[in-house]
This record gives sequence, structure tokens and C-alpha cells, in this order.
Amino acid sequence: MSLMKVEGVSLAFGSVQALRDVTLDIAAGEITALVGDNGAGKSTLVRCMAGVHRPDSGRILFDGSPVEFRSAEGARAAGIETVHQNLALVEDLTVWQNLFLNRELVRGPFLDRKAMRARAGEMVAELAVNVPAVTARVRRLSGGQRQAVAICRAAGFDSRLVIMDEPTAALGVQETARVETLIRTLRDDGRAVLLISHDFAQVLRLSDQVWVMRGGRCVGGMRTKDTTGDEIVSLVTGTKGST
Amino acid sequence: MTAHATAAPPAPAFWRDPGQWADRAAAVGLVVLVVIFQIANPTFLSAGNIRSMLVASAILVVLSIGQAFVVATGGIDLSVASTMTFAAVLFGFGFSRGWGVLACCLLALVGGGLVGLACGVLVGRGRITDFVVTLGALSAASGAALVIADGKPVTVIDAGLLALSAGGIGPIGWSVVIAAVLAVGAHVLLFRTRLGTHVLAVGGNPEAATATGISVARIKTVVYTLSGVLAGIAAILLVSRVGAAEPASNTSFLLNSVAAVVLGGVSLAGGRGTITGPVLGALLLTALANGLTLLGVSPFYQPLAVGIVVVAAAFLTRWRR
Repeated sequence: MSLMKVEGVSLAFGSVQALRDVTLDIAAGEITALVGDNGAGKSTLVRCMAGVHRPDSGRILFDGSPVEFRSAEGARAAGIETVHQNLALVEDLTVWQNLFLNRELVRGPFLDRKAMRARAGEMVAELAVNVPAVTARVRRLSGGQRQAVAICRAAGFDSRLVIMDEPTAALGVQETARVETLIRTLRDDGRAVLLISHDFAQVLRLSDQVWVMRGGRCVGGMRTKDTTGDEIVSLVTGTKGST
Repeated sequence: MTAHATAAPPAPAFWRDPGQWADRAAAVGLVVLVVIFQIANPTFLSAGNIRSMLVASAILVVLSIGQAFVVATGGIDLSVASTMTFAAVLFGFGFSRGWGVLACCLLALVGGGLVGLACGVLVGRGRITDFVVTLGALSAASGAALVIADGKPVTVIDAGLLALSAGGIGPIGWSVVIAAVLAVGAHVLLFRTRLGTHVLAVGGNPEAATATGISVARIKTVVYTLSGVLAGIAAILLVSRVGAAEPASNTSFLLNSVAAVVLGGVSLAGGRGTITGPVLGALLLTALANGLTLLGVSPFYQPLAVGIVVVAAAFLTRWRR
């Protein structure tokens, strides 16, 4: 069941053609991987999906109907959340404040801190995230714990598609394993996950579907169980015939 | 509280943890100063002297609250003192034309607020560095004050305004009451409202704040406007205390407001701060000046003492976590 469909999307920045006629789809309840070399257009494509850029041509369907997000806010309202590479957490605020940043619960003019702390505790517990306490400042958290908080925020608030840009790039082996478990938990909860990763072993471990980009085009897509690391590498580097 | 759980290292004993001292530099410094001055001169803690110190600190407290909000967003408002002077001169302008005191107060508030709004828009929307914008506003506001006042002070004699500086609730002067109410309101605003959280988020990590949909430009505009309005309130207190609206430069208020904020543990990098800290910092600076005067130390030494205290406090922040 397709949750998001990208149809013939092209986008140019001045004379640089960043995306050329990209078509792919993302299924609900699956982990979809998006791979490609630096500059292949992955990030640009993701920004189109998240409402940051608008394609010059082509269209994006979400849940069966065409969407045109005017901002990241618009995409978020539709249920598309992005976990940014730079994590986008405020270190001097606590875990619960970060989870509710710009979505604070209020009672009249004042913050409902009690409710937010309680709900944050639930969000963390639901995903079995290993965080010291929701009242701890993010500054005191490890890289993996911070990534978990960022994913937790993206997973909360009834999101339907969670886009992750290299979620384990800066993490150690154990922390990577924890975050991978978390990503599987999101899928098992019925959310669609779009995973951008340079780690092909991770892609083979986690994903259900792989899309490969090169030079602004989507040059291939296959079920993960039917492919190999070598095939993905050859598509990424262009040693295997493309369309 | 369950803040100290699994991964966090166990917190060391309070008195051995330099981070705790750094967070409370203003409170610790205030206590130390009070003890020293009280031993040196037993009239320091007399009811009369406490009262006069509180009254003397009211204006600085009000300015420091505004400065604290700006610094919490990672900015700095170099224009606070000049904006106060500008607003005071506007007050005198209205008064000399026979306006009622309330209308003059309103004029001062609006004038201060507009200077702050202009700074905020230039910093937020214009994306000009905080330092440069408010440095410009410092000069422009004091120049405008000189032009409006034609370089001359306006004597303001009014029974209501006199009550503001002389009267109060019991032994506590009205100016102190006003400063205290503003401080409590500012604390609630910073820690109990969405706006306050967004102020700290913008100061802590502007990219992250933007990514969650917070408008950095809007928050910057709000904090500078707030600082300007508070400078307007400080102007009213100043006029009532001096009994005149003067286009004087008041530079020491600017330096002391920044010093109070630093003493109060607000990070100049933004993202971290309190209101109680800067308020205590302002009280400390006032107590320092008062104590030195009581001990008969020449006023020439006061800026020297302030400088040493501020740098010592900044030194403590090295141990902050």
C-alpha cells in the first residue's frame, strides 16, 4: 500500500539540475531506503517531500491525493516528520522541552508542564528509548540518546512518514544497534520510514525497499530481499546499466 | 525528581561542585559582600540603608530584566541606557507642554518600545548583527534625546510622581514594588509560557528552533521590544527619582545592566538564563557601590571594583556544565 508517491519530479537551482524526472514510492508500514553518492539529489528530494522545496515539475501524492506543501509546517501538519542530520535539538533545554518544542501544551496562557512531562515520559516509554530522564538536559545525553530523542519527537504527534537523514552516521556500534531497533519499532507501529544511509550493510539489514539515486535521477528500485550489496554499489557508482 | 538517573554521573556534593557556584555567582557574591560590609560597618544592614539600597537598585533591576531576555536569545542590547534617556526626555517633552503625568508615562513607554521594536526588526528581519544595531541605537537614541530636549533638562514636579519615589507600601518604596512585580512577571514569562521557551530555544540553537517552525525573527523582535518598553519604565522611575528629565548619557546603566546579567549567570552565547540571577546581580552591584561609599572609599574606585567583580564572575562560568 503506497503512502507517498513521487511522480516525475524535477527541480533546478539556477543552472544546476538537482532532480531529473524522479519517480518512486514509499509504502506504509515499511522501511524504505534511499541511497546514492553525495550530490546525487537525495537531500533535495527529501526536502521536496518535507515541504522545504517545491518541485519545478511533477507531483507528490500523499495518501492518494496530490499535495503541495508550502512549508515544513504544512508537511508536518500532514504527518511527515524529518529527523535532521544535525539533530535539531536545543542542548540547554530538557528532553521534554525538546519533545514539545513549538508544540507545547498550554493551559490558558501558561505551559502545562506537568502534562508535558507525563506525556514525554509515555512517548519515551512507548519506544523503549534509553534516556536517563525526561527532565535531564539534552547537553548531558550521549549522541545515541540524542538521536533517540530526535526520533522520538518525529514519531510522536501521530506522524505517518518519518524521514531520517543518516540517523547513525555519528554513532558507535552499540548506539547504532539501539537506534536501528528504534527504527524497526517505528515500522512495526505502522509508520512508514524513509531512511537515507551511506551504510549499505545497514540498508540491507533494515529496509524493505531500496531506491538508488545518481546524478539527480532515480536509477533503480528493488526489494531488499532480492538484491545484494554489490548490486546497490554498482547502481550507485553507475557501473551497472541504468535507465 | 529523577533527573539523576542511569547515564548521568552522580552529582558531587553541592559545595564541592564548581558548576553550582557558577550558577549562583550573584547570590554567593551578594552574601559575601553583605558579610564583609556588615563587619566593616554595622550600619550597612540597618533598615534605612537596606531601604535606600533597594530604591537605588530599582532602575538597574528593570533594565537588567530586559537585558536578560535579549542576552538569552544570544543577542546584546547596548541601547538600554540611551533608550531610557530618550524615553525620559520624551516624558519631559510632554510634561513641559502641560500634559498629564499619565500621558507622559505612556509617551515614555511607547517611545522606549518603538526604539526596541526598531532594533528588533533590524536584527530579526534585517539580519544585522545585534551588536551593530544596538550600538547604532545607542548613539541614535542619545542623539535624539539631545535634539528633543535641546540639551536642557526639564524639571518635573508632580505630586503623583513624587509619591512614586518617596511613598510605598510600608517601608518598601513604590519603585521597588514595581521592579519586584516586573521581575516576578518576567520569571513567569520566561519559564511558564511558550514565548519564554522559544526565547531560550532561539538562543540555544537557532537552527533547531527554526526547524521546529519557531520564527527567530519574531522572537528577536519581541525581546528587543520588551527591553525597550522596560527601558521606558526605567525612564519613569528615573524621572521620578531625579525630579527632572535630563538628556544625560547614563552610560553606567548600560555597563551595569550587562554586568548584572553576566553576574546572574545568563550565558552571553544565549540559550541559558534566569531572571533571579540578573536581579541578584543588580542588587550586588548596588550593594557594592553603597558599601564602598559607606566605608568612605572614593567613588573613583567603584568602576574598578565593578570590573573586578564582573570578570571574577565570568571566570566562574568556566565550570558551568
